[in-house]
Amino acid sequence: MTSTALRSRAWKLLETVTTPLLPSDYLDLVSPLRAGADLRGRIEAVHPETGDAATVVIRPGRGWRGHTAGQYVRIGVDVDGVRLWRAYSITSPTDRRDGRVTITVKAIPDGKVSNHLVRRAKPGTLIQLDQPTGDFVMPQAKPARVLYLTAGSGITPVMGMLRDTEFDDVVMVHCAPRPQDVIFRNELHDLAADKKLRLTEVHTDTDGTLDIARLDELVPDWAERETWACGPAGLLDAAEAHWTEHGVQQRLHTERFRPGIVVAGDGGEVTFSATGKTVDADGGTPLLDIGEEAGVLMPSGCRMGICFGCVTPLKAGAVRDLRTGEITEAEPGVLIQTCVSAAAGPCDIER
Amino acid sequence: MTAIDPTAHLTAEQIEELGRELDAIRDEVIAGRGEKDAAYIRKVISVQRKLELASRGVLLFSFFPPAWLIGTAGLSVAKIMDNMEIGHNVLHGQWDWMRDPKIHSTTWEWDHVSPSEQWKHSHNELHHTYTNVIGKDNDLGYGIMRVDEDQKWHPFHLGQPLWNFINACFFEYGIAAYDLELGKNLHKRRRKNPEFRARAKAVGRKIRRQVLKDYVIHPLLSGPSFLTTLAATFTANLVRNIWSHSVIMCGHFPEGVQVFERRSIKGETRGQWYLRQMMGSANISGSKAMHFMTGNLSHQIEHHLFPDLPSNRYAEVAVKVRALFEKYELEYVTGPLPRQVLSAWHKVFRLSLPNKKPKVETPDREQELVAA
Ligand code: FES
Repeated sequence: MTSTALRSRAWKLLETVTTPLLPSDYLDLVSPLRAGADLRGRIEAVHPETGDAATVVIRPGRGWRGHTAGQYVRIGVDVDGVRLWRAYSITSPTDRRDGRVTITVKAIPDGKVSNHLVRRAKPGTLIQLDQPTGDFVMPQAKPARVLYLTAGSGITPVMGMLRDTEFDDVVMVHCAPRPQDVIFRNELHDLAADKKLRLTEVHTDTDGTLDIARLDELVPDWAERETWACGPAGLLDAAEAHWTEHGVQQRLHTERFRPGIVVAGDGGEVTFSATGKTVDADGGTPLLDIGEEAGVLMPSGCRMGICFGCVTPLKAGAVRDLRTGEITEAEPGVLIQTCVSAAAGPCDIER
Repeated sequence: MTAIDPTAHLTAEQIEELGRELDAIRDEVIAGRGEKDAAYIRKVISVQRKLELASRGVLLFSFFPPAWLIGTAGLSVAKIMDNMEIGHNVLHGQWDWMRDPKIHSTTWEWDHVSPSEQWKHSHNELHHTYTNVIGKDNDLGYGIMRVDEDQKWHPFHLGQPLWNFINACFFEYGIAAYDLELGKNLHKRRRKNPEFRARAKAVGRKIRRQVLKDYVIHPLLSGPSFLTTLAATFTANLVRNIWSHSVIMCGHFPEGVQVFERRSIKGETRGQWYLRQMMGSANISGSKAMHFMTGNLSHQIEHHLFPDLPSNRYAEVAVKVRALFEKYELEYVTGPLPRQVLSAWHKVFRLSLPNKKPKVETPDREQELVAA
């Protein structure tokens, strides 16, 4: 027998020892960050950056494959007991000696996860991690001249790049409401003082939002620079139009945060994505009924919200609990009881 | 179906009002679920796993009698925790709101021979929807016992104290058979049904793995303690079975609990559904430890009203529910475990004999009992 076969035999035996659980269920109790475990991380510190932003230092588990500057990571954090997943850009360089990574989070109004991380997260807390991903990264060949165009927390992926790779000629145009809102301000000014970066701050409270045409004046050679832009949709839309207009769109790389905000309404178009059916639903009929009427095979049981025999993944959109009125928005891993949920806007049910 | 309907004094409006008041209790708990509750279930799971590991560890030396005693006691408690406070409640979806895929009704598998999936169907769906409705809720006597005067007596029922005792000892197997609806499916034709065969196979697989673990692998790992470990695991399963059987008997069998006719639930309103849960369940009173070891099924009434609320909240909910019972002048059946167990057993014995004065059966009723 080969050693792999032997090992899998041994593993099978171990699974019999721990049945109906898995050996990992017990190992997780003592060593949640070990190799082979589901990827997790431990928060080791939270450093405030501005009044509403903080950098979270995370020790990733052994399975962490490392990131490329500019990438983001999805993290699963338990907020008020509920696991919520969000994506944040990694702000640490790729070669950090202690193997820790950092994300920098800006608390957005009503943001459950961001406010939790900035204001309440405690060192020692375990969080869930995905492998880093995203193609907002540097090309293989070093560009001669670089422009970073950022606003607000859009600076975070760029900070990951700045800390990671040095270029000869880098310009950054960064927008924030006031000087004290500029995340990493001291570090940016140090880089500028060392001549590693030419920095232009636009303070939108006093200067107004950046008119993209002002780039000609702020960075006259912008069109020749390899550009990475990250910020709110308005800025990115304007940048894309501007670069396209000048025929240099291939030099522009953008990263958009928070795609599509869910607007919870009353009823909407329901897609049963596994079956490929789409129907209109009102805000008062359970999705179980909607699906059955459309001929979709829906699991069900009590039809009154008590047996959990109808739970189904919600892939997109939002639903309303007909008993409490509570809105549930789609997130990876979110399951809903179709017998007591109605469409609260367009949604996608995996059936 | 007791001679006097204990809810006869309530008007339809009162019953709906009662329903709204219960909904409000539920909404309040839902809105308040949070970090503390999540920490609670995580802690319980972690303690259960550690206790099980430690007990199995001690049993490696079970040839030494004190080790046998400690290991067996620990393993019994660990199995009871797995079955009651964790398994039963997780499978009810009580913790689904945490969105932790590891503590979720769709992924949980318990230390029990009935596969979670099947148990969820027979328990969450059938028993909890049709609580105490004769002919619909098979938990009433598990199909082997007569539990109400109005049920027709058959000489088979003479043995029901014995069936019930055997069922208690091998309760997890009883449940597995019950989830499979074995009685009904043993007819030749049904036996061949592919859906039944698939389910039977799943149960077979689960039993094999459970037996292999408890009665082969762990004893073997104990080497010289093979036999004593075997005996210890057997004892722990026995203790767990008798304990859970007793707790569950207290939930619906004690004197004072109502059963319902099938036609009485036609077109049932939310208020009436709630009322049926209230009248069809009974509690066990006692200390915090008692509530914990019963998986909070000591709050059976509250559990039946709100089967998906986290179990650690039933105690606080019970205070409010009890106040509603008083307000609406209904009997809240509760008592200490020994008394409730005795009361339930008393009923089992009493109904094993034909009624002194058999009632006249309406034709409709007759039909239902045949269907049952
Ligand atoms: S069908 Fe029972 S909870 Fe939805």
